[in-house]
Amino acid sequence: MNGFFDIPSDLQHSWLGLVGLHLREALLPVLAGLVVALPLAQLCVRFRWLYPPVLWVTTVLYAIPSLAFFVILIDYTGQTELTVMIPLTVYTLVVLVPAIVDGVRSVPQETLAAATAMGFGPVRRYVQVQLPIAVPAIIAGLRVATVSSISLVSVGALIGNQGALGNLINDANIYNRPELAVNAVVSMAGLAVLADGLLVVVRFLLTPWMPSGTRKRRAARPEPEGAAL
Amino acid sequence: MIRIDSVTKRYPDGTVAVDRLSLEIPDRSITVLVGPSGCGKTTTLRMINRMVELSEGTILIDGKDSRQQPVNTLRRSMGYVIQNAGLFQHRTIVDNIATVPRMLGWGKEKARARARELMERVGLDASLAKRYPYQLSGGQQQRVGVARALAADPPVLLMDEPFSAVDPVVRKGLQDELLRIQDELGKTIVFVTHDIDEAVKLGTMVAVMRTGGKLAQYAPPAELLSHPADAFVEDFLGTDRGIRRLSFFSSADLGLLTGPVVAVDATAEQIAARGTADAPYLLVTDVDGRPLGWSEPRELTAGSIDTGQLLSHGRPFVAGTDSLRAALDCAVLSPTGWAVGVDAEGRVAGVVSQQAIGEAIRGAHAEGRDEDDKTSRVGG
Repeated sequence: MNGFFDIPSDLQHSWLGLVGLHLREALLPVLAGLVVALPLAQLCVRFRWLYPPVLWVTTVLYAIPSLAFFVILIDYTGQTELTVMIPLTVYTLVVLVPAIVDGVRSVPQETLAAATAMGFGPVRRYVQVQLPIAVPAIIAGLRVATVSSISLVSVGALIGNQGALGNLINDANIYNRPELAVNAVVSMAGLAVLADGLLVVVRFLLTPWMPSGTRKRRAARPEPEGAAL
Repeated sequence: MIRIDSVTKRYPDGTVAVDRLSLEIPDRSITVLVGPSGCGKTTTLRMINRMVELSEGTILIDGKDSRQQPVNTLRRSMGYVIQNAGLFQHRTIVDNIATVPRMLGWGKEKARARARELMERVGLDASLAKRYPYQLSGGQQQRVGVARALAADPPVLLMDEPFSAVDPVVRKGLQDELLRIQDELGKTIVFVTHDIDEAVKLGTMVAVMRTGGKLAQYAPPAELLSHPADAFVEDFLGTDRGIRRLSFFSSADLGLLTGPVVAVDATAEQIAARGTADAPYLLVTDVDGRPLGWSEPRELTAGSIDTGQLLSHGRPFVAGTDSLRAALDCAVLSPTGWAVGVDAEGRVAGVVSQQAIGEAIRGAHAEGRDEDDKTSRVGG
């Protein structure tokens, strides 16, 4: 019983169970981050002065080590998944807010003016015009946030078995079974690659309107000025 | 009718974009706002559909204050065409055009059917319906922009430098198309441009604005060219306004000479007889009467006219249809100084010298002055 996928019983999960747990702990924060980032980014677009301080705050939050977060949170949320997921949610904001802001700002002025002139109110314009056109940029942000979140979950091992696949690294140490550490690293990398690939597919399906050759480039940066010349 | 009544736009920083502007925009015609950048023409246009709120004055639409109705209702009753089209890049062409009908609550199928109908009207192939904007050329995108503005059949069309970003050939095509569509639909169009040629070509009325948002002159294009109100307007019209004004005079009254014209199979007697006519050159035509080129009579030998030796006749003008400007242009470009007038089928209707065209121009100007006198008498 010392195989690659034989998980020590103290983790109370099969390998597949750990994978499921890992995905939940990694992806729920990304989802929560998106829910927070969307209105926050819209506020930053609407009130330009708000963007620099928001960027500053998200960057500072990102710089706080997760261990410090755990120390504070553990008094309130205990040794639970939630204690792991809250810092992860906060960390996604540093990527998602600028991604959404840049995406929404990349919508051409003419398009916005045309929408307003056709009688789109601010909400309809945001939902039906700005957000769909920002999809490539938003997904580019989601890809970074998701992959980093998948790797960061493993620090949950520090507060007692809340690191999902990350706990295997700890167990590799305890039981002197290095293959468990290899398993943890390979599994997490595999999950990251899969999740990333899935997001690429989602973007492809959501944006049939993008020139196929330039999909990647257009997502990464706004069109250079004077390109029409 | 849209009535702009001493409207001022002042921004919070004190900048005045439009200064006590008054304009009456007649129904079912094209009114062009033209002027240098910073003259407030786009601001004026955007005050009509309240994309910019005015600071003072009123804008009446069919006698009703534009501020009395909900802003989005007002906007949906006016089509809007913008530079670079401003299409929704994430929607297909047909869905772009169907946008306003959909917002007005039309069913999906009805709105799409209407969109397809409009694609045909603006000269877009039906096969483009399911494409996305990036797959279309600039000119095609602008046609979609016009179709989208027309979709809900609004009585008013606001056009903000719609053709400025396309190349001159495409622009001319779009302008001709707009005039054709306007003939069919008779919308009340307010058109903003910085290009005086475009203004003169499209406008029924042209409002020239100057920096600081003041109206310099409001007149039909022919009057603008003949009687610029002041030095600013004259300067803005450019150095060749005299030539451009000729566009408004018909070539119908030109006395075309049919004497100095011979067919390529003419006999020696015919050549000799024509050669005595009042022109130093003879125009040789093919047997169908289409122009081939000019020659001196003595260099023509009956039965063996070498068409390769003829002097070029330049681009002929269509007699009666083209303007005096086209006729003069032909004469100026012709090496003989004579212009060739043709009929609609391209057969020679006659020839005319620069001198004769010059006389016709003087005659037309004199008539123009008479008419001005009449109108000023009526006005007085």
